[in-house]
Amino acid sequence: MAETKQDRIQLNRGLAQMLKGGVIMDVTNPEQAKIAEAAGACAVMALERIPADIRAAGGVSRMSDPAMIKGIQNAVSIPVMAKCRIGHITEAQILQAIEIDYIDESEVLSPADDVYHIDKTQFKVPFVCGARDLGEALRRIAEGAAMIRTKGEPGTGDVVQAVRHMRKINRQIHELTALRDDELFEAAKELQVPYDLVKSVHDNGKLPVVNFAAGGVATPADAALMMELGAEGVFVGSGIFKSGDPEKRADAIVKAVTNYKDPDMLAKLSENLGEAMVGINADEIQTIMEERGK
Amino acid sequence: MKIGVLALQGAFIEHEKMLSSLGAETTEIRQKKDLAGIDAIVLPGGESTTCGKLLKDLGILEPLKGLINNGLPVFGTCAGEILLAERIDGKSSTYLATMPMYVKRNAYGRQLGSFDTTADFKGIGEIPMCFIRAPYISSVEDGTEILAEVDGQIVAARYKNQLAISFHPEISGNTAVHQYFLEMVEQTDTLNIRQQAS
Repeated sequence: MAETKQDRIQLNRGLAQMLKGGVIMDVTNPEQAKIAEAAGACAVMALERIPADIRAAGGVSRMSDPAMIKGIQNAVSIPVMAKCRIGHITEAQILQAIEIDYIDESEVLSPADDVYHIDKTQFKVPFVCGARDLGEALRRIAEGAAMIRTKGEPGTGDVVQAVRHMRKINRQIHELTALRDDELFEAAKELQVPYDLVKSVHDNGKLPVVNFAAGGVATPADAALMMELGAEGVFVGSGIFKSGDPEKRADAIVKAVTNYKDPDMLAKLSENLGEAMVGINADEIQTIMEERGK
Repeated sequence: MKIGVLALQGAFIEHEKMLSSLGAETTEIRQKKDLAGIDAIVLPGGESTTCGKLLKDLGILEPLKGLINNGLPVFGTCAGEILLAERIDGKSSTYLATMPMYVKRNAYGRQLGSFDTTADFKGIGEIPMCFIRAPYISSVEDGTEILAEVDGQIVAARYKNQLAISFHPEISGNTAVHQYFLEMVEQTDTLNIRQQAS
């Protein structure tokens, strides 16, 4: 049976559904990947430098070395994701060629194109993209993204942007569901997105793809907060391997996401985790990554 | 009839919706205490390493294993199939290990190897099957019945009250396998099982 584009969309959105309720961890080498897997990560993001170090180093940040990504693919059995620059079609093709499980077209790297995102419908491998509001989320989905995450402000350890984005997207979804059918055309115009996607959100009360939180999550309480606010899972970038005891922190964040509604358990999980990443306040930084790609 | 759905990680909400659409009551299992009073349990798709670790760390594994061994009906999809397997190819450890079969994880490779197909399911007929980084059952032991095969590989099997499948009816919209499972539950004296376990 020949596979249609619709089949592939379902399979790729489906993989994101399997990741729900889980934690996806940034790792920079096979040893970290194994720690993440043992701690219960549902996937890992392979990258040469975690966002905090990208921020510290400055300069142009690009796709990681495929050999480094393959090393991580060989080290673990869980899905492996990797980042390409916004609009960098060729980096995405390279990641597909090494059979990555998910591509993150990411604002954490330096954008390769300041106008166009990748036409993700041309790929068999699924993509996850960042979004700060419903318009961005639906534009990325129209381009073929099979999963959405908040942008947050990566590498800061400050969760405020992720909270803002998650609240905004969910508020806008609620607002859409309250509209009359004949008001949806105008809503599509205002959001600058296709009508069909607006109609889908209006009818179902949710995005047509899974929505994770990302950016600035540093503690089990941060991860649980994002779940409380409606995230379907959590990406943790710098928060784990920039902390004092990565194994213990990773383990605690995984359990906090599963039991985010149980404060007694969250209290136990938050004990004696060692030093959290130092962090910088998101309003004290020079490079605002969340504004890349709209 | 109250069906527990293991809600540690993965696509558990999809199972809850499908079971609700068939008229069954569902409850999420996140901790040991949530096992009280359930008539059956669904182990959803997700990451088996994640779900397996949480099962152990949260103290759910042993009581759940006891319930299943006493006859509590269980339905495992994809990662759930791996949790049920007595042996996992290439791994020395197992999880619930209540079902006499061997499984192979990521048997079709990475995400590019994920696929849709249709195939015959014994007792149901031809149904759509969606495989996402799926395992297959590499062999079954005596007493485990093969229910479906795709390209010569076993993708569904049953052993007493345990049903394991490699694919994802919960996202393809076809309710036939869930209906099959609910009929299995209806034929079971679950009150007796709970009393034995306690």
